[in-house]
Amino acid sequence: MAFTAFSTPTSTAAEPAVRKRSWIALVLLLPGILYLLLFFIAPLISLIFTSFQQPVIDGDIGQYSAGFQWQNYTDAVGQYLPLIFRAFGYAILATVFALVISYPMAYFIGVKMRRWPLAQSLLLTLVIAPFFISFLLRTLAWKQIFSDEGPVVPVLKALSVLPTDGHITGTPFAVVFGLTYNFIPFMTLPLYAVLERMDVRYIEAGADLYASPWTTFRKVTIPLSMPGIVSGTLLTFIPAAGDYINASNDFLGSSQTSMVGNAIEANFLVLQNYPIAAALSIVLMAVILIIVGIYVRRAGTEDLI
Amino acid sequence: MPAGPRRRSRIRFRGLGLPIYTALALIFLLIPIAYTFVFSFNNSGKLNIAWQGFTLDKWTHVCDAQGVCEAFTNSIIVGVVATVLATALGTAIAIALVRYRFRARSLISLLLFLPMATPEVVLGAGLAAQFLSLGVNKGLGTIIIAHTMFCISFVVVTVKARVSSLDPALEEAGRDLYGSAAAVFWRITFPLLVPGIAAAALLSFALSFDDFIITNFNSGAVDTFPKFIYIAAARGIPAEANVIASAVFILAIVIVVVAQVTRAARAKRLARLH
Amino acid sequence: MATGTFAEKGADLELVGIQKRFPGFTAIESLDLFIPEGSFFALLGPSGCGKTTTLRLVAGLEEPTAGRILIGGKDVTSTKPFQRPVNTVFQSYALFPHMTVLENVAFGLRRRSIASPVEKAHEALRLVELDHLAARKPGSLSGGQQQRVALARAIVNRPALLLLDEPLGALDLKLRRQMQLELKDIQTEVGLTFLHVTHDQEEAMTMADTIAVMNKGQIEQMGAPEELYELPRTAFVANFLGQSNLFTGQVSGTTPDALTVALGSASITVPVARAPRRSGTVTVGVRPEKLTLLTSAPVAEAGRNVLGSGRVVDVSFSGVSTQYVIAIPGAGDVVVFAQNMVFGPVVHVGAEVWVSWAVEHGFGLEDAPDEVAAGVHDAAVAAGLDDSGFDSEPALEKA
Repeated sequence: MAFTAFSTPTSTAAEPAVRKRSWIALVLLLPGILYLLLFFIAPLISLIFTSFQQPVIDGDIGQYSAGFQWQNYTDAVGQYLPLIFRAFGYAILATVFALVISYPMAYFIGVKMRRWPLAQSLLLTLVIAPFFISFLLRTLAWKQIFSDEGPVVPVLKALSVLPTDGHITGTPFAVVFGLTYNFIPFMTLPLYAVLERMDVRYIEAGADLYASPWTTFRKVTIPLSMPGIVSGTLLTFIPAAGDYINASNDFLGSSQTSMVGNAIEANFLVLQNYPIAAALSIVLMAVILIIVGIYVRRAGTEDLI
Repeated sequence: MPAGPRRRSRIRFRGLGLPIYTALALIFLLIPIAYTFVFSFNNSGKLNIAWQGFTLDKWTHVCDAQGVCEAFTNSIIVGVVATVLATALGTAIAIALVRYRFRARSLISLLLFLPMATPEVVLGAGLAAQFLSLGVNKGLGTIIIAHTMFCISFVVVTVKARVSSLDPALEEAGRDLYGSAAAVFWRITFPLLVPGIAAAALLSFALSFDDFIITNFNSGAVDTFPKFIYIAAARGIPAEANVIASAVFILAIVIVVVAQVTRAARAKRLARLH
Repeated sequence: MATGTFAEKGADLELVGIQKRFPGFTAIESLDLFIPEGSFFALLGPSGCGKTTTLRLVAGLEEPTAGRILIGGKDVTSTKPFQRPVNTVFQSYALFPHMTVLENVAFGLRRRSIASPVEKAHEALRLVELDHLAARKPGSLSGGQQQRVALARAIVNRPALLLLDEPLGALDLKLRRQMQLELKDIQTEVGLTFLHVTHDQEEAMTMADTIAVMNKGQIEQMGAPEELYELPRTAFVANFLGQSNLFTGQVSGTTPDALTVALGSASITVPVARAPRRSGTVTVGVRPEKLTLLTSAPVAEAGRNVLGSGRVVDVSFSGVSTQYVIAIPGAGDVVVFAQNMVFGPVVHVGAEVWVSWAVEHGFGLEDAPDEVAAGVHDAAVAAGLDDSGFDSEPALEKA
């Protein structure tokens, strides 16, 4: 399954035979690799060039020429630093919440339901069901549910959990809630993929060797499911950090919750300030790669594809 | 065992805790879906926010809302074309990665991993910057290019898993039984990969159909279904959008469930045979 | 192989100076082998001995680093698998899961455009008594049935040479015994040359006319099963095929018929015809079941070797026989298999006993004394692997 993309649990397959006709390999690889070079690598390079462009003197809005405007970066970061921090802060929170919600669910479906394969696969279908319906609509549904006229806010106000002039939408809570919700399936699936294959005899052996259920869980189950945890957290954290739907005004956020993604979108598509949008993209990408690099190294799963 | 009774009650509690937790989590996941489905029957005007009463009109006149069916059609076109392209390119890479050894392997693995590790907003902005600098007009074509790009990696990962699980002896048996290289590929390797390829294609289509962020940067004036919703969100989504989303959802769920039930039935039949 | 025709009969196989190197290790150092047409030939050896590699070389699934392969006198070294009159029954059977049993069996016929493939496939299925399952998918067959389909799929092509790669390895013991006999019958019936690779010495002895015992990429000894068993040439063969008691000592006397080896104060006599090394330090041996256990010192008798006295150090019961281990000063531990003709062991641990055997049952080894320990060790390792499972074989050899 693609959702275990971020880690390969020790490749069990025997090393395939070495074959000589490498020209066939070349024919198979070339079209796809060229495609990625042309439409993935080249755009990233072009993004770097754009990030150093300077405005054309006396030109229209959105007209830039090649340059080496290092200042774009200091401007972008100076102007949007809170949004950058917010993006990573929200993404980390959403990742942690998604993990806490997903792990028991994945464990139950993957381990406890093994005896009933049909029920197991039907439950899994419920987990991925959100994939089959537009995530924008799902997010809007939460917006309606949490709106001031919706069913939740009046109840919370009556219980004095929320002040009388309080809102849910437009708050950091709503944005983190939306991010958590939207990425739970991405967290659950890789966890499930690992737990479903895990040999329960390890857990039994743990119990046999005098470990309490909690100790067994901590010392046996968690380490064995580490590849799933790594994939799941990455599949949640990376898109969450770059997301701008949940935080946008029209969905669960407000101007107080804008993330770096919102700034990139606004600068690119509205303000046509391409160099700033490009610089922010590069910064976002760089920070993510650094965090992911450190994380993957510490988690010890370096075999990524 | 002195703590017998207490222990048993704890086990019973633990036995129930996990299913209840799972049920709550699943309900949480399904609430917005139910909401979307229910509000597809709302007898609303332009704004589909407050409940105005039940109607089937939106289901029977789904194209009445301006632009929704055009956007849906565009999403289907983009999804199908991008799926075909990504599946073809990705499957070829997956086969090469599993079956052949070559020097640039780790570099290629990195190239395939990076698009999955790059936030969509960066992928979208990058392509848009590229199209801008090349003076390409954005439209359906650029959306397809973008979707194919981010689907390839997912196809590779999915198909690769299937190729690795193929017993190399099957292909050797094909060669041993007088099959030429082409015959072995088309009569043995390919048919055995079909389930993996189909899964990859479905995944690609789902990713493409639901993509908004990358599309938003590279669509120009063309609307896809998610983009239609995004634009409409500012002033209120017509219930027709809920109808389309619900219909797609039901179709997908039915396909998946039918596939699972038939597979389970077949497994049962096989188990009986032995 | 010419399209559309069958091999008339089995062909002989000749390997000349075959060498196979993989990155990092050498699977086969130098191999010469001749298998006459129509024979049932077994390559027997432990995991990693190069037997599966040999088979894959013959099938054309690997290319030799050096040497030539001739089938029916024709050099096929550089031809592709589908151009060779050779078919393989794979260890995992490798039945195509997406085709019916019939389609599987007809696959090779169709690729060669042979007339009426369906009829011929049915015929082959009848030979293995599975024609009633022709429309099934392989996944719904039992292991034994799959094995027979794999056999039908190979022999339907009438290959000059049929290769069997541990074909019975995945079956349980009882089914394996039954399939061994069936395979042998089918071979007699179709008259093809069978090359059978196995790590199971009993299987090889039951089925093959000729066995080649392989170790470390080389053939240790080749011959009819009885010959290999009764007259092993090396320590490895002596202990890989069954068990042997081996004694190393100086040659102390020779007559035209017999060779006497000094063993401390005792001596052992071996027929000269059964001893390839006839001077200096030599190793001689005898099979444990050839030994007679005596509770009192025997009267010296011409034509019998006697060792003893010694102490019984271990007794283990195994159904038809009991194994006694006897520590004899100067000769080391001697193993005796005694048929269980009476209830319970004849002697108990600690008893003082003598052993004796007929001179003509002894044999001498070709191994130099310093090679004996290595051979015994290899055979012991191989026996250990046999217990833990034969599955490690393909992983080791195909890597």
